[in-house]
Amino acid sequence: MPAKDSIEIRVLSDPCHLCVVRAAISAAADRAGLEEPERDKLVLATDEAMSNVIRHGYGGRTDSPIAVTLSKINENGRAGIQVVIEDESGPVDVSRIRRRSLDEVRPGGLGVNIIYDSIDEVDYAPRPGDVGLRLTLRQFSAANAVSKPKECH
Amino acid sequence: MPLTQGNSSVDTQTISDGVIVHVKGDIDFSRSPELRQSLIGVLRGGLDRLIIDLGGVSYMDSSGVAVLVEMLQTQRKRNQKLVLCNMQPKVKGIFEIARLHMVFTIVDSVEDAQQA
Repeated sequence: MPAKDSIEIRVLSDPCHLCVVRAAISAAADRAGLEEPERDKLVLATDEAMSNVIRHGYGGRTDSPIAVTLSKINENGRAGIQVVIEDESGPVDVSRIRRRSLDEVRPGGLGVNIIYDSIDEVDYAPRPGDVGLRLTLRQFSAANAVSKPKECH
Repeated sequence: MPLTQGNSSVDTQTISDGVIVHVKGDIDFSRSPELRQSLIGVLRGGLDRLIIDLGGVSYMDSSGVAVLVEMLQTQRKRNQKLVLCNMQPKVKGIFEIARLHMVFTIVDSVEDAQQA
């Protein structure tokens, strides 16, 4: 059961669900007080991470589980959002998840670069039991003071 | 001729030296394959100038960028032009992260794209 101030979304690995998760991340980030640029980068990074799970983790299969957990965080007076994306793609060698050189102009392979360049804190880790990957994204408000969270209507 | 599927669509408009493709909707991993197929169809046979109007695209991820890079490579191999225009700031941001804003010819308007 998700903790207070957390939202858990479980979807199958069908790309048609990406827009639903993007909408949820955007709304949660607004509520947590993230500014538009930080919010949009978090939305993009989550989208890229899920696309990588579908493409690489599940080899394009559309019937496998992905869990996305959103939590409000507050660290050293900075408000933010933590997004944890978990899959069941099996053992993963996280050392192979790397940025690629941008000097070469070619299609594809930009997702990891975008994630690292958009997000304040990124952590790739194997899930306990080697059942899959856990990616943690932590995005903070650009303001030093805690932003006033928006009311939930 | 509009080719519409789901929340995105591609309209094409013939000009004297090529085609303008007006793209609408979010371009993510679920939509980029149909954009790719549409653009491959437009480029079949070759075009001196392909203009892609992204004014109707409010969101694009790296799968959409990959499609555009592929089309750019196709055009360059044939010594033909690809110009992007009307890019919204959020979409331009991903090109900047990928350092592709200096690789593509990106202009503000369709009119500018016809002169680029």
